[in-house]
Amino acid sequence: MTVMSVPILSFLIYFPLLGAVILLFANRRNSLFIKVFTLVISLVELAASIPLFFKFDDAAKTMQFVEKADWFPEWGISYLLGIDGISLLLVLLTTFLTVICVLCSWKAIEERVKEYYITFLFLETAMIGTLCALDLVLFYVFWELMLIPMYLLIGVWGGPRRIYAAIKFFLFTMAGSVLMLVAILTLYFYYYNATGIYTFSVLELYKASIPIVKQYWLFGAFALSFAIKVPMFPVHTWLPDAHTEAPTAGSVILAGVLLKMGTYGFIRFAIPLFPAAAIDAVPLMSVLAVIGIIYGAIVSMMQPDLKRLIAFSSVSHLGYVMLGIFAFNMQGVQGGIYQMLNHGISTGGLFLIVGMIYERRHTRMISDFGGIAKVMPIFAVFFMIITLSSIALPGTNGFVGEFLILLGAFKSNVVYGTLATTGVILGAVYMLWMFQRVMFGVVTREENKNLKDLGGREILILVSMVFFIVLMGVYPKMFFKKMDTTVVEYLAFVKSKSAQYRVLEQNTVAPRVAREDANTNLTR
Amino acid sequence: MDASIIPACEFRWIMPEIMLTGWALLLLIIGGLTKGPVASKISGVLCVVGSIFALFFTLNLWGTNLDVFNQLYSIDSYGTFFKVLFLCILILVSIVSLRYADREGIGSGEYYALLMFGVLGMMVMTSSHHFITIFIGLEVMSLSIYVLCGLLRGNATSVEASLKYFLLGAFATAFLLYGMAMIYGSTGILDVVELKKYFLLKQPFSATMFVIGLGFLIVGFGFKIASVPFHMWTPDVYQGAPTSITAYMATGVKAAAFGALIRVFFTAFIPFQFGWSEIIWVLAVLTMCVGNITALVQQDVKRMLAYSSIAHAGYILVAFITADRALASSMLYYLMAYSFMNIGAFTVVIALEKKGDNNSDIDSFAGLGVRHPFYALCMSIFLLSLAGVPPLAGFMGKFYVFSTAVKAQYYWLAVIGFLNSAVAAYYYLRVMMYMYFKETIGEPGTIDKAPQYGLVMVICIWALLHMGIFPKTFLTIAQKAVGIFS
Repeated sequence: MTVMSVPILSFLIYFPLLGAVILLFANRRNSLFIKVFTLVISLVELAASIPLFFKFDDAAKTMQFVEKADWFPEWGISYLLGIDGISLLLVLLTTFLTVICVLCSWKAIEERVKEYYITFLFLETAMIGTLCALDLVLFYVFWELMLIPMYLLIGVWGGPRRIYAAIKFFLFTMAGSVLMLVAILTLYFYYYNATGIYTFSVLELYKASIPIVKQYWLFGAFALSFAIKVPMFPVHTWLPDAHTEAPTAGSVILAGVLLKMGTYGFIRFAIPLFPAAAIDAVPLMSVLAVIGIIYGAIVSMMQPDLKRLIAFSSVSHLGYVMLGIFAFNMQGVQGGIYQMLNHGISTGGLFLIVGMIYERRHTRMISDFGGIAKVMPIFAVFFMIITLSSIALPGTNGFVGEFLILLGAFKSNVVYGTLATTGVILGAVYMLWMFQRVMFGVVTREENKNLKDLGGREILILVSMVFFIVLMGVYPKMFFKKMDTTVVEYLAFVKSKSAQYRVLEQNTVAPRVAREDANTNLTR
Repeated sequence: MDASIIPACEFRWIMPEIMLTGWALLLLIIGGLTKGPVASKISGVLCVVGSIFALFFTLNLWGTNLDVFNQLYSIDSYGTFFKVLFLCILILVSIVSLRYADREGIGSGEYYALLMFGVLGMMVMTSSHHFITIFIGLEVMSLSIYVLCGLLRGNATSVEASLKYFLLGAFATAFLLYGMAMIYGSTGILDVVELKKYFLLKQPFSATMFVIGLGFLIVGFGFKIASVPFHMWTPDVYQGAPTSITAYMATGVKAAAFGALIRVFFTAFIPFQFGWSEIIWVLAVLTMCVGNITALVQQDVKRMLAYSSIAHAGYILVAFITADRALASSMLYYLMAYSFMNIGAFTVVIALEKKGDNNSDIDSFAGLGVRHPFYALCMSIFLLSLAGVPPLAGFMGKFYVFSTAVKAQYYWLAVIGFLNSAVAAYYYLRVMMYMYFKETIGEPGTIDKAPQYGLVMVICIWALLHMGIFPKTFLTIAQKAVGIFS
């Protein structure tokens, strides 16, 4: 365990909150100050998070940068923070995307500027807190806390059907998380009864050995809650609405970080806490993931609205992530994690692109465009690169992730692998078709003839996105080596733990069989 | 010791009660001598000062555990906990009333005197393990509140509320008294602690009359805590009564009824837990579901808060069912959190109401976020706490209450409870939605901005945040309070 003199994770969590509190007292008329101030805060936050990447010990098997303080010791609630290779990358993604979001809202948000940036900083606090928390209560607090700013972002600064979308988003997520809370409590008391220790620390609870039937219930509750957030196939319906109505930055952060909380939750909580149930759930989860991949792709093909199209493509992409995670082999899990980052960058990028064109034309309908490539050449270049990254062209980041996931999927089950591969083709179809309809052809609309090409700020945003697309595409090792040890440990833990359960199960079944044998002997 | 002799020194243990009585009588005299706004102000300030004194005396009692007046009255940490809570409620409500009662023209000596008498009744009710004393406390409280509800004499709904509450309340009281009588009939004992000893000796004990008596007790208390199906009066009374009184009733009366209910059941009737917990299981589920589902469709915020208070009673009942005496502290903590968030929310409602009109249509909240950001922010905090969103006290309360149920392996109850709180989130958020997402509808009413309201709201927010982020202090106190059951 690295002992740090500076509580860097706490700093990362509370620094944006501090910024938000200071902003409360800012003069609302001076919107330039508010924007610059928020930008500075988010840049400092990004700068503070980068040392994490370099100081992170690749070979360490335990949590790093751990901070522990008693919060309510009688109940075993503690203030326990720490990150491993998986959350490290997600924290960095969060701080990076927040800067991008602040930049891309620069002109898009004109009303209630002050409240907007306060909400955003508040959201950043909640997101980083969720990623760093290792105590279940602390995690739950941050998890719920993420809801409120996102609800406000969609509901206040969103599109015409924002109220419907905001409430739907809130209710779906809330319904899932209350079940998780019951499961958390059940686990907590179970662990107490078994060991006599009250604790909410995940690291302790990993050691619990839970009867298999109970595990199914608990895993079910956790999985439902996370699956809603991911979102997996049958519970995905809130996502298109939320994405379509949210402001650009809201969509970026929703796609980039919030959805990852679901998949992250599976890796951190649902699977290692209940490994046997998770392994038994592989067929179910994989089938749902494959349905998500294909269904998401087919539905997005038919969407007339750009944002809705990208939203459904998210369902498809997250299906890959889930498939990878539930392949339970090195390639699958690593690919899944990598795809989480990729999706943040490439789908985030697509939302930015749509936001930029929306700012110019105030429409997102594909049919309102056509031939934009001629009018806005720089825009066209960036759009193309990000589109290709989304359809996983070799050389871009998407390829690495998707390839590994499919490799893992084939290794574990050929049927799922084969079916999932069709998603790659479908993905290319809907993305390229969309690109063709928007960018190529002749300019049919009068309004489109005089569109201004990208400005300096917009180019800066997109260059930084493209930078990561290329970097992660050609030099993935830089990121993989951060998570290698963690993933190896994670898989070893899940496998050995579930093997233990298998043995236990057989032992409980075996005596019963023996007894039955004895009974039959007696009757004879 | 001769039962007819009461040592004079025992009176020092009931200084808070004496204080309140004396002060209330003084206010009555003032009310009889002078009328008008000045008198109203003076009585209001006196009421606040008197309650602070009483609070001071009560805090000194913390840690004392003894029975006085021939076991008719007891001074213990459980009672003291509730006394402090009631006095806090009284102080907050009278600060609000300084402005509100003045505005509505109901502020006078009687108003404040009745507030104090009501709290006196609550204090008596929760500090005794003798049925008769509990009953007297309940009556003192109820009679004051019947009058307080109808103080807006010119307003038909207020008078209706008063009459309705009185008639139904009288029935409920009769049930309670009848229940006590039947238990006395079957055991010959009126003292809860004695009952406990009696049951320990006579296990297994069963008598038809006793069972009926127990049922009647549940009905009587169920009425006061507004649990379904004894809740019918709640929405009308809460809506019709002056809003400050609604806040007072929703918090004080409910806390007092729960205080007495928990004391009676957790002391004496634990051996019969399997019998009554099944009844209360159904009551709790009904209370949560009916309260929340009906609240969904309300257009009036005051009425919505009335239904939500029914639902909250259901949440508390969830912990009550488990009969886990060590974790009874969860209910105490919840009541404390509940009181602060409701008083806060009702204060915002008061600020938004028009003079003489005790309705608060949800439309009047539209655009509040732009017009009055401070009030909107405060209301949001109260609503989020009611919805149980961390890190506010409402979350910790729910967490604690439902964890009690999970610990006792009432998993389905906990699931129903949590699902209910997800439903509840919808209507709390709906008010937030009106405040922040909607444009002002029609002519924006003027908002009654008074420092009194601001003070109360800030106190409530501080309490909610403190209880939510550092629950330890409060839980330790609550745990000490329920120490009397172990």
